[in-house]
Amino acid sequence: METSAGAVPRVKTALSLRDKFGTVKTRLGIGRYNYKVVPGLYCVGTPSPESPVLMTANYKLTFDALRKELGGLDAWILAADTRGINVWCAAGKGLFSTEEVVRRVTRSRLAEIVSHRELILPQLSATGIAAHQVKKICGFKVIYGPIRAADIPAFIQAGNTADKAMRTVTFTFRERAVLTPVEILLLRKALAVVVIATLFLSGLGPGIFSMDAALSRGIPAVCATLFGILAGAVVVPFLLPYPPWREFWISGALAGIVAGVANTCLFNGRLDVWESLSLILWTGVVGSYLAMNFTGSTPYTSPSGVEKEMRRAIPAQAAAGLIAIAVWFAAPFFG
Amino acid sequence: MKDFRYIGGVATLELDSARCVGCGMCETVCPHRIFAVREKQAVIRDIDACMECGACARNCPREAIAVIPGVGCAAYIISTWIHRIKGSAGTRCC
Repeated sequence: METSAGAVPRVKTALSLRDKFGTVKTRLGIGRYNYKVVPGLYCVGTPSPESPVLMTANYKLTFDALRKELGGLDAWILAADTRGINVWCAAGKGLFSTEEVVRRVTRSRLAEIVSHRELILPQLSATGIAAHQVKKICGFKVIYGPIRAADIPAFIQAGNTADKAMRTVTFTFRERAVLTPVEILLLRKALAVVVIATLFLSGLGPGIFSMDAALSRGIPAVCATLFGILAGAVVVPFLLPYPPWREFWISGALAGIVAGVANTCLFNGRLDVWESLSLILWTGVVGSYLAMNFTGSTPYTSPSGVEKEMRRAIPAQAAAGLIAIAVWFAAPFFG
Repeated sequence: MKDFRYIGGVATLELDSARCVGCGMCETVCPHRIFAVREKQAVIRDIDACMECGACARNCPREAIAVIPGVGCAAYIISTWIHRIKGSAGTRCC
């Protein structure tokens, strides 16, 4: 639509099939580093100079998550240049910053387009933005909106006030589950290396190297790693709130050991006792390490806490991993 | 969040009550509702629920809050350790 500062693109508040497909692709890790909208001013509906200004990141997943909740509203959307990164991560990395907010407000000539001087920012951008500094530099007052875009209409309706639920972060089963595919996809390079190394290690024995052994021993060993991935990157996130302890690496180790036993049963008869124990230990290590890595995907782990957990977990994982590998290597020699 | 508790006794969060004027920004921005403003003074209700995101410190106009902000991500911390050992700069985020 036309404004005194030029044309402002209008975006739809309903996502197209192409948008939804884009969301699925990104959640699977495909093209997620390059899924952006051009930073700048947009609108939904037919906003007037009195309509609210909602600021957001220029990651298209974020932008879509916002606009799909604005059906029936007239509002301005100001997309900051966060290099295609979501609100929380961009704020944490200093991209969704006080400077960027001021830059975007100035460049879009927002002061000429709206009569008020209020900017509604996502609450989770607060780690990167100093509200009082924004006001000082460009004259716009920052109002922190609700955590979830879905609460924005109610927030605006209530006169830009939020209740406790709107301001509290959650981590529901669904919110945890959507993170699993990308967690697994990010492992693919490391997994390829591990598979090759496993097959090679499995083929070593009294006859120097046997292709037969590489496969007959290698396949159960590769499956042990896959079961470990299932334990650490899927089961632990799914069941996250249930264990009574707080460390992730312990949940991963336990889930991994259970998965390792399952893997051993699957290959019943093909492995001797030492090989079975070695694979169970390995699955525990993989599960433990991947569960520990899930800390970065949660909205509640502190860096001090994670560091404390890691100082205990990593020596244990390293030691157990080395023992598992050593026993696996040595087994054919003592057959 | 009631269902999610992480390791306690480690948070680097500090509130200087002498500087606090009770504006309530910390209460507004905290994703875990740690702060409450009572009688024009902010109080920390549950320090073990702090995830050290730094939003409170960033938005306090009186600089009454200090925290060592960071990412609670094992992979990121490992990456900084490796870079420290190698002496190289920069870390990769996912």
